[in-house]
Amino acid sequence: MIEFRSIEKLFPDGTRAVDDFSLVIPSHKTTVFVGSSGCGKTTLLRMINRMVDATGGELLIDDENVASIEPVRLRRRIGYVMQNSGLLPHRTVIDNITTVPRLTGVPTKDARARALELMDTVGLDRAMAERYPAQLSGGQQQRVGVARGLAIDPNILLMDEPFGAVDPIVRAELQQELLRLQRELGKTVVFVTHDIDEAFLLGDQVVILEKGARIAQKGTPEEILANPASDFVASFIGADRGKRALSIRDVDGERVVVDGDGNLAGRLTEPGAA
Amino acid sequence: MNLFADAFAWILNPGNWEGRNSIPQFIGEHLWYTVLAMILASAIAIPLGWYIGHTGRGRDIAVAATGAARALPSFGLLFLFVMIGGVANRDSSVMIVLALLAIPPILAGAYAGFEAIDRRVIDAARSMGMTERQIVARVEIPLGLPLLWGGLRNAVLQVVATVVLVGFVRNATLGYPIVQGIQINRFDQMLGASVLIIVLALLLDAIFALLERYATPAGVRAGRNRDHRTSSTRRRAAGGATPASTEKEMSV
Repeated sequence: MIEFRSIEKLFPDGTRAVDDFSLVIPSHKTTVFVGSSGCGKTTLLRMINRMVDATGGELLIDDENVASIEPVRLRRRIGYVMQNSGLLPHRTVIDNITTVPRLTGVPTKDARARALELMDTVGLDRAMAERYPAQLSGGQQQRVGVARGLAIDPNILLMDEPFGAVDPIVRAELQQELLRLQRELGKTVVFVTHDIDEAFLLGDQVVILEKGARIAQKGTPEEILANPASDFVASFIGADRGKRALSIRDVDGERVVVDGDGNLAGRLTEPGAA
Repeated sequence: MNLFADAFAWILNPGNWEGRNSIPQFIGEHLWYTVLAMILASAIAIPLGWYIGHTGRGRDIAVAATGAARALPSFGLLFLFVMIGGVANRDSSVMIVLALLAIPPILAGAYAGFEAIDRRVIDAARSMGMTERQIVARVEIPLGLPLLWGGLRNAVLQVVATVVLVGFVRNATLGYPIVQGIQINRFDQMLGASVLIIVLALLLDAIFALLERYATPAGVRAGRNRDHRTSSTRRRAAGGATPASTEKEMSV
């Protein structure tokens, strides 16, 4: 469990990026921070592994204040996946995946064996182990990034817009893979995105943030969709444009679903039917 | 031209290849001064450049200083130092001047090498839990090496050319036959020594060019190769058949 207690971040230039932010992130679930650029979502994420230090309030991981944990030790316990994968360009795929285990003294042989298993887990061909990041596609690089994040078998996995830089088809594929992984592994995932559809797809808990990291609404995707808390949320999730308001139309006895603009969204079937 | 023939005759004259004040001795001394000055300059400039590159501290000062130092008049500097230090200490003075000339390009190569690294790579290394020392040793130094070698290469050219001035304060290096040649009107000797210096400079440059290439990490080279390939579609199309290796790469 990760707990933000009245967290505040004041940058030296006077920008108040985060003001009195409190939130509980449950274990073994995916929590998504979603909001427009500059709303402070990445700052919040980076506070968890102390890449950014709060200037006020407390951040607890399993009731332990992160401020009391040495940053390097803390970071080695937490998986981190970033946009553009952040792989080390001069190291092969397998060396990238085993970076952290080797820093913590895991024997090279064990680390490599585990890395090969992880490559299976994230859907990478083992034959790519000796390649360099520049020889991989964007989607493959991102998979390596995820494998690297999982290499130390962390309880917590932080993901900072990990699929932001890949094309939509690959992104959809990676999102499905993440859902599958999460079903298998049950990590505490904290995911940052500006894409509300991605947030609704991946999040058990979705936190919609306004400027200054104020929580506009938090809840399950269903709760947010059913009851947008404010005009801002309604606009952000697209409810005001009718994107989320589906209606049923009869076509030759079949019931099809259309969105607010009259565009076809799908066909209505009874629950349980194909 | 007759002068060139005379110069090569001087170089090839077996009498100039043995005994005291022979060509091998001059070349050896020339290299000795060059290597020593490079070691001295590197010992100062590389750690300093890495420090500046890693922390960003003192960058403005370094940029200004390296720019200004490039304009230093080496000849004047040498005589100034010899006069201040005294004739007895002239070897130290020579070393200081040569090192001062070599430091700016090495320093620039060292910090520019660090600065050229994608910030996201370093950010990722840090967020994985690398200590600052590990970031420097395992990420920044290997990725910064190509530019550092480039700086060393510039520096060695500068030094090997400037070592000639040693001939004015000491009967040594390939500068000595030139200085002596001026005094006794031996143009063959002056030109011959100059040719040898040029050959030496070209050789050192070639060696450093190889080292520079070799220092580029394999993964970075791999990326560059791919860039070449994607940028040369027209040439590939013109060439017809795609090499098998390229096809394999593309299909992945």
